[in-house]
Order: sequence, then structure tokens, then C-alpha cells
Amino acid sequence: MRVLCEFRQRLEVNVVKPKTLSRRRFMKWAASVGVAAAGGMALSNFAETRSKFTAMAQMAGGGQRRWVMVIDLERCNGCQKCTQACVDEHHIPPAWGNPNYNGYQEWIKVVHTSSDPNDAAQFLPMPCFNCQNAPCVKVCPVGATYYNDEGLVVIDNTRCIGCRFCMAACPYDRRYFNWGEPPHTPDEQFINYTPDYPVPHRKGTTEKCNWCSHRVRMGRLPACVEACHKEGMNAIFFGDANEDAITNGQETLVLSETLARRSGYRFREELGTEPSLYYLPPSGK
Amino acid sequence: MKEIQTSPVLLKPLTNYSKAYYAFVGILFGIVGLGAYAYSVQLQDGLAVTAMRNNVLWGLYITNFVFFIGISHVGALMSAILRLSGAEWRKPITRMAEAITACSLAVGATMPIVDLGRPDRILNILFYGRIQSPILWDFISIGTYLTGSLVFLLLPMVPDTALLRDRLGGVSAIRRRLYKVFSFGWTGTAYQHEKLEKAIGVMTVLIIPIAISVHTVVSWIFAMTLRVGWNSSVFGPYFVAGALLSGVASVILAMAFFRHFYRLDSYITTKHFSNLANLMLAMIVVYVYFTLNEYLTPAYKWETSEGQLLSVLFTGDFSILFLSVQILGLIVPAILLSLPRTRNILGYSVASALVVVGMWIKRFLVIIPTLARAQVGEFWATYHPTWVEWSITAASIAGFILLYAVFSRVFPIVSIWETEGITEEPSDFTGPSVTSGGFGFSAERSDALTRQDDGGVDYVGQ
Repeated sequence: MRVLCEFRQRLEVNVVKPKTLSRRRFMKWAASVGVAAAGGMALSNFAETRSKFTAMAQMAGGGQRRWVMVIDLERCNGCQKCTQACVDEHHIPPAWGNPNYNGYQEWIKVVHTSSDPNDAAQFLPMPCFNCQNAPCVKVCPVGATYYNDEGLVVIDNTRCIGCRFCMAACPYDRRYFNWGEPPHTPDEQFINYTPDYPVPHRKGTTEKCNWCSHRVRMGRLPACVEACHKEGMNAIFFGDANEDAITNGQETLVLSETLARRSGYRFREELGTEPSLYYLPPSGK
Repeated sequence: MKEIQTSPVLLKPLTNYSKAYYAFVGILFGIVGLGAYAYSVQLQDGLAVTAMRNNVLWGLYITNFVFFIGISHVGALMSAILRLSGAEWRKPITRMAEAITACSLAVGATMPIVDLGRPDRILNILFYGRIQSPILWDFISIGTYLTGSLVFLLLPMVPDTALLRDRLGGVSAIRRRLYKVFSFGWTGTAYQHEKLEKAIGVMTVLIIPIAISVHTVVSWIFAMTLRVGWNSSVFGPYFVAGALLSGVASVILAMAFFRHFYRLDSYITTKHFSNLANLMLAMIVVYVYFTLNEYLTPAYKWETSEGQLLSVLFTGDFSILFLSVQILGLIVPAILLSLPRTRNILGYSVASALVVVGMWIKRFLVIIPTLARAQVGEFWATYHPTWVEWSITAASIAGFILLYAVFSRVFPIVSIWETEGITEEPSDFTGPSVTSGGFGFSAERSDALTRQDDGGVDYVGQ
């Protein structure tokens, strides 16, 4: 209001002394500040993205990690032990309605693809695909979902504004939202929140599988891989594409050779999202 | 110096408030209050109180957002185009169109915030904004449009506001102050007139690309994803056309409303209605053309996932809504606008109301079915909005009408200085005009309109 009054007074002054250029100068000043701010913002953003890409390129080329997951569909029997292990590991919040696993969000979801018991490909376990051209990362307005230094897509629930654009953008429905306040357990209080291990959970933010970044950092296999191994199924492999090696906790295979021998494929390859997850189709025996 | 004469019919709504008006505003306030209560419940318990879930992750709020941004479209754009093309008949209706823009934009822009899971973190968009995200594009373009359309509304209003400042008596101190601020020291000198015309000219040119960018960018929120039904290159112009269509319809409704209740028959004539009806008819044709493009191309190919979506729209759960939009929202209004028998104000109003409702449902149909179709595994999620969502939706509509109604009671809804001397019939109010300095108008009637010669407003001789 005061600004407007001053502005008006300035105009009144203008009437008396029409040659005063203060308004024009003010407008010019305001416009240049606006342009500079927008430009600066854009530049810093591009710089940030660029440095991220550079970091990733170095990661790929410099002998660092390039995590991959391989799921052998021939071995999966749809027992959902991986889902349960994930729920236990992350204190996963409820899903607030379908789809759910015992009422929980399914960060790794075992999709029933066929009702025919003779059909070899009946189950499709789907964790996050950790796309290397991830649509969710692209659309986030605040950079709350991003590639961490392990190259894994994680969510910072302390920054997320809950717009759910990432969920709309994900072509695999792999993201969940905390529609209400997630239940909190006493053990949570001793957990230090990081985007790698997003516990405790927060109301109004997006959640998803991040391939157990916290375990991977410590050199452990993700919870689902471990659970599948304990169950004796050994269907989920985890590894590093730069080392060309994957393991399910029991056997260690050469990634490229395995993919070639078993005709490994990626889900909806045509979308161009570059998932880091490969499926080995059942041989149809 | 220019003299302004006006019949008090334009000023009467500013001072004479009827009981019906208070009742109307009271009801609107009640609905807005209900919405505020619903929002407080949502803030308390989170979005869990809505029917949105992990599949249908956007619902009525985003529908309202697209709808109101659409309504906002026409005001500034239509008035800018008419100003540029020098259409003189535009003068009595430009302000009501521009006010629609400002009011619906203000309401529409709050909708995504209502939709946020964490509205407390809204400022993160400023702190951590990524220009790569279409939401930032929206934020910037809607912000620019809101600012631009407010300027575009206020600028041509400066001479009228000065008139109210100098001549409207019997109003509260706040309102006098408001007029004083928004008349920006206008005295009606030739220098000021020249500058004002220049500024309006610049805004007229600027507002057109801004307006088009806004709805294009809104459509890109959807079109930048890989979702079936949104992954479409026609979305930008399709949304712009839809916005223009619903906008013209809402201007016609506003015209009919003001003409009837504010007795503006001499200003808003059947010519205005028939001109805008022709514009609306043209927009319906354009919109039908885009609709054909949007649905026929995937329908011909019937690619698996596209086919699943289209069969739900054409023959499945959403078919009643889909066909209603096409028939009741487009074809019937087109017929009403074409037949000589229904080319009257009632016919235009019915057609406009059908179009506005149809366009809201159309936005719903763009958003919900695409989200309801699970992308992995064959199932369809359901979405039945809760009372919270309906209340907030009702409150957004009521809030828009409230803003608009209050605006029309504080500022003249028809531009006084621009319509000077162009009314069809000299109304019986016209008396000898009393001029004083830059302004004059018939001061014969109305106890409310008293002359005030407080210091500094008499510019005789400047």
C-alpha cells in the first residue's frame, strides 16, 4: 500500500514536472532485476544439471559404480517374500487404498501377469527401475527426487512439496504417496533420516524403492535380494555394470554374458527411460 | 482537457446495495466458508480425506485449476484482440472480460496449492526451483499473466477511478483511499492521456503472447508425460481453444447477468451478444476440429493401451460424460447459436451455460480416465470425490463469483470514459452535466452522488 502511495505521489510529481524519468528508470531497473534473477536461476540450474551429468559420466567411465538389477522370471514363484522384506526394512507406510500388499505400499510389487497356471511368465516383480533417463527426476519442480552419488534415484522427503507430478510422470506406477500421516513406531526415533534410508516417513510426500541405497553403501545386498535368496529362490540379482558382475547372494554371474545367453530385456524399452533393471524371460520349459 | 459525462446508471451499482445483493453475497460467503472448513480438515488429516489415491493422483483440484485458467483466458485475450483491431463496439464489455480474467486467475492459481501434499513448503519452488520442470514454467507464466492481467485491468480503469475519487460521495474511507491509490494521481491532462494510451497499447500487445503461453504451458503439465491420453502433441492448441471457448461463454453469461441486474440495456446491446455468439460458434467449430484430431488419430490405429482408454471413453464407464460433453456441451450450443429462433439473449445464455459446464466435465475427462488406467497390470482405479473435494470445488466457484460481484460493486463494470457518448438511447437520467475541471457528469440525481471539492482535486487551469 505504501509503495503504491509513493508510486502515485511520484506520478503526481510527474504531472507537474513531466520530464522526470523516475518511473521509467524504476521500470527499467525492475525489469533488469527480474531478467537477471530469472537468468541466474536458469544458469545455476543448468550448471547443477550439467555437473550432475558430468558426475554420472565420470561414474560410468571412471570405474565407479553403475548399479543394475536382474530378475530371473523363470525362478520367481510369486511368493512376495521380497515385498515383505521391503516392508520390514523400511517400516513402509500404508498405501491408503488399492493397490496394496497387506495394506502397505508395494515398493517392490509382484505383478500377476497371467492367470493361466501353464503360462511360464506369471509373475513380474517390479521394484523401482532406477531409470537413467528418469521421467520423475525430469519433472520434479524442486529437485526433491534426484540421482544420488551412487547413481540411484532417491527422494528427499524433507524437500518434496507433494505435487505428485513425479507420480504422474512415472510410466510404471512405481511411486506412492503418503496421503495421510504415516504411522510411527518407537524404533523410528533412533533412525537418522537420509534420502538413502527415508525413515521416518512424512505426510504429504512421495515414496518409492531406492534399491536400499543405505545397504548398498555398506556393501550389503538390497533387502529384497537377500529375502529371495533366503527363500531359496535366488531370482533377484544385483550388481555393478562397470564390473560386469551380478550376484543373488549365492551365485555370481557375468552380467553381459547372462543377458546375452538368456535374452535379457528391459521393461518397455521403447519409452527411452533407460531402466537399470533387466528381466530374464522364462525359457518356457 | 477531456470531459467525461456519464449517466448514473453506471455508478448506481457502486452505491445502492439492495437486500438481495447482501443475501447473495452472504450465501457466497457461506459456501466459501464451507470450503475453508473443508480445507482446514484437509490440512489436519492430509490428502487422505480426498478420494485421490496412488493411481488417480490428481482429481477435482487439478480439474478446477485447468478450468479456471481456461475461463481466465478469454478476458484479456479477447479484449486485447478487440482493442488491437480497433473494434469500437468492444468498449462496454472489455472491462467485464478483463475482470473475469483477474478473478478466475486468482482463484485458479490457488487450486494447485490446495492440491499440494505439503503446502507449507510452497516456497521451495523459489528456493530450489528447477527450470527444467513444467511446474516452474506454469509458476512463471501464471505469475506473469496474473501481474499482466491486473495491470491490463487497472490501467484502462485509471480515469474512471479518478472520477470516483473526485465525485463519488457517501462511500467509506477505505474505498475513498482505494480510489485515491488506484487513480495514480490522474487529473486528465493531455500528457497523462497520451501516456495512458501508450501504456494500454503496450499491454495490449504484451498480453496476447502471455495469455497463449499460459494455457499452452498448463497443457504441457500433462503432455510432457508418457501417459496414454496425455502423450499428445495437439494438447497445447487444444487447451488454448478450449480455454477461449469456455472464456467466451463465461463473458456472455456475465454480460447477460449485468445487463439484467444492473440495467445496462443501453450499454450492452443485442449487438454485443450476437457478436460474441458468433465468436463462440467459431470457437465451437475449432474445438470440434481439435477434438476430432485428438480422438480420431488414436482411434483409427487402436494401439493396445490407447484402445483401452478410448473404449472406456466411448462405451465404458466414462461414456455418458464423454458423450454429454460432445452433444450437450458442443453440438446443442452450436445449434442454439445458429437457429434464428434461439438467437436471443436467453438462447445465448443457455448455450453459454452448457458450454461452461461441458468444458468443466471435459477437463475432468482429460485428467481422470488417463490416471485411472493402471499402466502396469490390467485394472482400473476408481475415483469418487469426497465431500471435502466437492466443498472446495463449490467454494472455488463461489469465490470466483464473489470476487467478481464485489469488484463490480466497487469499480464500474462498464468503462465510463471509454463509453462516453456511445450509448444507444439517452437515458432519462441524463441531465445537464456539471463539469468541474477534468470531469463532469450529471449530478442531478442520487443523494449518494454528491460533489466533493476536497483540496487538490480541482485541476481547472492546469
